[in-house]
Amino acid sequence: MNDIFALVEHRQGAIRDMTYELLSCGRKLAEKENTKLTAVILGHNTDDLVQILKSQAHRLLVVDNDVFKDFNSEVYQNALSEIIKQQNPALTLISHSAFGMDLCPALATKLGVPFTTDCLDIEFVEQKLKVTRQIYDGKLNAKVQLRENPGYMITLRSGRFPAGEGNLEGAVEKFDTPVSTQPDYRKFIEYIEAAVGEVDITKSDILVSVGRGLKDQANLSIIEDFASAIGGVVACSRPVVDAGWMAKDRQVGSSGKTVKPKLYIALGISGAFQHIVGMKGADTIIAVNKDPNAPIFSEANYGIVDDLFKVVPVLKTKILEVKLTKG
Amino acid sequence: MDIIVCIKRVAQTAEADVKIDSSGKDIIKDRLTFDMNESDTYALEEAILLKEKSGGTLTAVSLGTVEVEDTLRIALAKGADSAIRIKAEDFEELDGYKTAQLLKAAIKDLKSDVIFTGCIATDDYYSQVGVILAELLGIPHATLVAKVDIQDTKAQVHRELEGGLIEHLEMSLPALFTIQTGINEPRYASLIAIRRAAKKEIKVIGASDIDPTGIQANASLEELFTPPVGKRAEILSGSMDEISAKVAGIIKEKGLI
Repeated sequence: MNDIFALVEHRQGAIRDMTYELLSCGRKLAEKENTKLTAVILGHNTDDLVQILKSQAHRLLVVDNDVFKDFNSEVYQNALSEIIKQQNPALTLISHSAFGMDLCPALATKLGVPFTTDCLDIEFVEQKLKVTRQIYDGKLNAKVQLRENPGYMITLRSGRFPAGEGNLEGAVEKFDTPVSTQPDYRKFIEYIEAAVGEVDITKSDILVSVGRGLKDQANLSIIEDFASAIGGVVACSRPVVDAGWMAKDRQVGSSGKTVKPKLYIALGISGAFQHIVGMKGADTIIAVNKDPNAPIFSEANYGIVDDLFKVVPVLKTKILEVKLTKG
Repeated sequence: MDIIVCIKRVAQTAEADVKIDSSGKDIIKDRLTFDMNESDTYALEEAILLKEKSGGTLTAVSLGTVEVEDTLRIALAKGADSAIRIKAEDFEELDGYKTAQLLKAAIKDLKSDVIFTGCIATDDYYSQVGVILAELLGIPHATLVAKVDIQDTKAQVHRELEGGLIEHLEMSLPALFTIQTGINEPRYASLIAIRRAAKKEIKVIGASDIDPTGIQANASLEELFTPPVGKRAEILSGSMDEISAKVAGIIKEKGLI
């Protein structure tokens, strides 16, 4: 089998954490299929990246040009399609990130390579690639087989392959850049940092986080009252921000903040993958949800299957009682 | 400005019990409700806002069985001028790639300056149809769009990255944008508009209208299965008082109050 490629993702000079998971997945597959893992680095002033990643792959394919300093999927697509055409990897692994989602479907389509996105697991079965994906709000998994082809491409979901140290001595190979300018039709201008709000939810030991189950903005006062009574701060999942009920800086999840409080109380949050990645590092997670099959219960330590509006008032009273009898 | 929006009708599964049917390849649908995919409602709103600003035409396109015409009529009621349904019943193995090819076939003769799609469908989670469609049409795309400001043939685009970081791009039209939820406030269709839309004709395209050359799926479904139960929360039981007292005890034990 030809090499397996893993595309290194970096932003503002730093390697994205997901890249290590991708490389870990690639090493595992390469070992099983008796082939080699190539880390593909498109970047500018890549020496530092190469040093950091040397132990993680059998080979590092480096394309250094300032056009790759910031991510532009059109530029990456044009460069990678040349590289892949010349090198014919058996599989190209890309992160299922804002970067990978923008790149993979277009790149694979351009190359005519069968691909799929947001994979949880992948395996070769007699040269054919089979993947496991999650569907229907995370309630079911699907096993999918890709159309047989000498090369494949997938995006991999984070949290499936723990990052590893790597004990390889990657050989560095430079590749002349096939692209040196951004196309007029899509130019990267700048990164804009998220606005800083009045409360930093990443600094709080206790977070009371509310989701779609809030139903109405008017109910927010109930949650705020509960949070302040127990010494916590209110956070939320994406639908609450989309509805305009809370500010973006309160959002926990992949497109919001990553939090690691001592206590995370999830109220009416189903537990979409995008939310879980932002809160799974909490010490203790208590989830309240009407749906006993909500994915949040796979992440929580304790669960209450009921309507949050029934639970919150009683819970507040009991916690305050315990607080008062503390002495 | 000629605008196309691609929408999908999906099972609303976020709060529903989802069960696999006897074929092992589909879900039992009779107890589920169906509606326009969440991010597609934002894509539709963005398309209507652009049409209101710049004039022109707005066409809504969907691949689905006849029920999808209800969803297309909502789009017509909200502000689309015309609607096209591609007959899903004529095709098999509809993965993201094949869907994008069929969408291309349905819109290839239409003029379009801007195409909008949602950024993800909540049933299959692919996040790929819009991007493939753009590539097949040979136009640039941007995904996860949280803001798009179009002046003449230029677009200032904000993509939403991890951690709330925004990537600002400058793009030229024609282009395709996959729209993130929260970008706008989707309107409701008025009853009068819904009644008026009920009488509008929806163009239906089937296998006989589409050249099948090269149209194929990338992926075929082997089976659906319930995710393995890994770690699972300890579900607290008893009366509400008992449950709450337990939680308070746990919190105290951990030294949090």
